[in-house]
Amino acid sequence: MWRIGTVVDLRDETASARTITLQVPDWPGHLAGQHVDVRLTASDGYSAARSYSIASVANPENRVEITVERLPDGEVSPYLTQELAVGDRLELRGPIGGWFVWRTEQTEPIQLIAGGSGIVPLMAMIRSRSAAGSSAPFRLLYSVREPGAVFYRDELRKRSENDHAPTVTYAYTRVTPNDWPRPPGRIGASLVAEAAWPSKLVPTCYVCGPTPFVESAAGFLSACGNSQDKIRTERFGPTGGRK
Amino acid sequence: MSAQMNYLDGNAAAGELSRIFAIDVTSAEGQCVHCGTKKRFAEARLYMQCPGVVARCCVCEHVLLRMVNVRQHVFLDMRGMTYVNLDAACSGGYASHR
Amino acid sequence: MAITSRGFSGRRTPADVKLPPGQYLTTDFPVLSAGPTPHIALDKWEFTIDDGTDVLRRWNWKSFRELPAKTITVDIHCVTRWSKLGTTWEGVSLDTLFKDIKTDAEYATVSSYGDYTTNLPLEDLLNKQAWIAFRFDDDDLAPEHGGPARLLVPHLYLWKSAKWVRGISLMHEDQPGFWETLGYHNYGDPWREQRYQGD
Repeated sequence: MWRIGTVVDLRDETASARTITLQVPDWPGHLAGQHVDVRLTASDGYSAARSYSIASVANPENRVEITVERLPDGEVSPYLTQELAVGDRLELRGPIGGWFVWRTEQTEPIQLIAGGSGIVPLMAMIRSRSAAGSSAPFRLLYSVREPGAVFYRDELRKRSENDHAPTVTYAYTRVTPNDWPRPPGRIGASLVAEAAWPSKLVPTCYVCGPTPFVESAAGFLSACGNSQDKIRTERFGPTGGRK
Repeated sequence: MSAQMNYLDGNAAAGELSRIFAIDVTSAEGQCVHCGTKKRFAEARLYMQCPGVVARCCVCEHVLLRMVNVRQHVFLDMRGMTYVNLDAACSGGYASHR
Repeated sequence: MAITSRGFSGRRTPADVKLPPGQYLTTDFPVLSAGPTPHIALDKWEFTIDDGTDVLRRWNWKSFRELPAKTITVDIHCVTRWSKLGTTWEGVSLDTLFKDIKTDAEYATVSSYGDYTTNLPLEDLLNKQAWIAFRFDDDDLAPEHGGPARLLVPHLYLWKSAKWVRGISLMHEDQPGFWETLGYHNYGDPWREQRYQGD
């Protein structure tokens, strides 16, 4: 069932990513971690659909935010990040997903691991925790290419000024900030062991990002002693059949 | 050369499958007919860069489920699963649309 | 009920290029797959032709590569709407492989390493219409594009050009394959836009 949302705000997160705020009059609400399918239709009837995680917390104004990263050879993301304007309408289906979800009733420690744009659903979880006044212990390990690629940078920094905020560890794969203690590189077993909740605390882990990132991060969590049923994953990647 | 990871997971197909399943499918437990593994559908390997949706067992790679949209029809093949156990409580009022 | 998205047009093709209906022109080579890429060691690879009971012909990589091969340039059309023109391949013609095979079977089921199958009339594999291709664009055929060898039947949609081909079974009854059993057209002529059953 497709609903129509109207673009009410556009905000650049990085040079290649934009947050789109939609007002969806009949939105039923959503949980942190869920996503929407967005469908575009050309005048000749051709349509393309893609999935995007919801970045925002459910609110009475029925606003839904998604953060879209522009893929170089993409068919939909260049349109959403460059052409779409305030006042335009989008079709969306959702909210979708009941597994990769954090519910405010959860009180156990939560380990979040994000690769690139995989931060989006995890940010919804962080925002949801804050909006609910939850004191569930949260840690985030956020892997990006370079400092300019961090989504929600100002918000994460502002949140970190609060004692009860999630502890965030950044990992840079290509370029680090000046004076960074670690050389650039992919996350490894030792970083995960060091930055994540000890497995004896039995955290629920959420890992999101491109498939290779998720496979390796989930593998490291497993190697640290977290059991499979405590590791929830969501893989991002192309669905348009392009290469 | 590392294995080519050209798949997503059950979450990616959940929107399409919501046309058929009224209850959230990602948290559903299913059993692979071929190897007997029981997993959440969210953990299945989803191949979506092809003319349809193909879900495969993350342990043995045999097809669990296939789906194709043809105009107003939906073709569905679920022979690869012994059963699917869908929990309406997991939908929580927000996780499914209707 | 779908609304039209202002300014969205999908992929565009230059107006002077003639393509089958509903297709757009691509210059890259999209990789589509319904499963993991099989990796077949050449010393284990074989290609067979059987009649459902007996194996009529069998080649290993060495004997297959000793067969006369041709370089061909063809247009290819995928049911997901992309077309790629002037693609160059090197392969062994099915006419060569079927030389001296006598059969009254009318259909063929093509099988791949992995679990993929597709079906087509035997006559569509013969008369210079099909090849087992092992090189693309002056290079060994890459695994993600079907290497070491794939079927190439350019006059039909590309799902009939089974990647990682391992054999052809001669059939007296048509046996719909992987996509044909799930709503895709049994024949698949791009020029008549035969994408789905009922087209």
